[in-house]
Amino acid sequence: MNTRVLEIRKGVLNKNDELAATLRERFTAAGVIAFNLVSSPGTGKTAFLEKTLRAMREAGLRVAALVGDLETDNDARRLASSGAPVRQINTHRCCHLEAAMIAEHLEGWDLNELDYLFIENVGNLVCPSSYDLGEKLRIAMLSVTEGEDKPLKYPGMFNSADIAVITKMDLAEACDFDRAAAHANIEAVRPGMRIFEVSAKRGMGMAQWIDWLVQLRASADNQRSHLR
Amino acid sequence: MVSSDYGALKVHEVRLRVGALAGVAKDALLFCYDIATADTTLAGSKLVVNEVPVILYCSVCREEKELTDLQRFRCPVCDTPSGDIRQGRDLEIESILIDEYAST
Repeated sequence: MNTRVLEIRKGVLNKNDELAATLRERFTAAGVIAFNLVSSPGTGKTAFLEKTLRAMREAGLRVAALVGDLETDNDARRLASSGAPVRQINTHRCCHLEAAMIAEHLEGWDLNELDYLFIENVGNLVCPSSYDLGEKLRIAMLSVTEGEDKPLKYPGMFNSADIAVITKMDLAEACDFDRAAAHANIEAVRPGMRIFEVSAKRGMGMAQWIDWLVQLRASADNQRSHLR
Repeated sequence: MVSSDYGALKVHEVRLRVGALAGVAKDALLFCYDIATADTTLAGSKLVVNEVPVILYCSVCREEKELTDLQRFRCPVCDTPSGDIRQGRDLEIESILIDEYAST
């Protein structure tokens, strides 16, 4: 019998990464822009998404959403009131979404009928950062009530994101929200990240956000036509 | 299971590479390892966690630099901001120390 060191060099999350890569290929092939929304519980992901879906539907855009929670389908029902196709993913004991859950819950949907897919992750700023869902862009959200230093406390998540959204801006004054500090902290952990400021409740900043989504679609379409 | 794929009779040690941005707590992992591996081929093996720092690429220095402050993604030498992460999200099984049948 021999005792020896065996080199493995395999990612622990290899299986998830492979599934996510497959999803990304499917999204790209169908021309769907997929987003992964991450934040703490209570930041307002669902309220933001509800208003986003509603505005996009009114503008005639083809949008759908998957929403993850440990339990209940409350969020899916809220989001479905926008008229967009929505499915709830109940993770039960799991604190994050994984690529396999996304693949499973897309079954029966024709991705060619969609331009945008929003995936609302489980409220958690730690574990979801390690799980690629095949998204094009990861959106890290932060509300004015949480404190400006959240990005510094969770650099792994904010660094992994592509876009930051600051929510509940209507409460900024009441919370003595230090806008400059929040922007500086986001910039510190993710230099150059685009930041949106919104109030889903009052509508502030939502038009700019929707305009940006429309432009994103247009530039994606341009790229696709160049590739053909 | 990797160990049986490679014909291991017994696994003595598992070496894991964990980046500073992997979102993995070393202490928690070590704490649960014995419980999680009980009644498996890994039972009784030792988990060795090799923590690796974040390395980013500085476009001004044109070099990879090790980041010491996770609250500041800037070159530690010239202070240029960088989003170009070259290492730090790693979560990888590097190697296992096994007993195997002697090859004839």
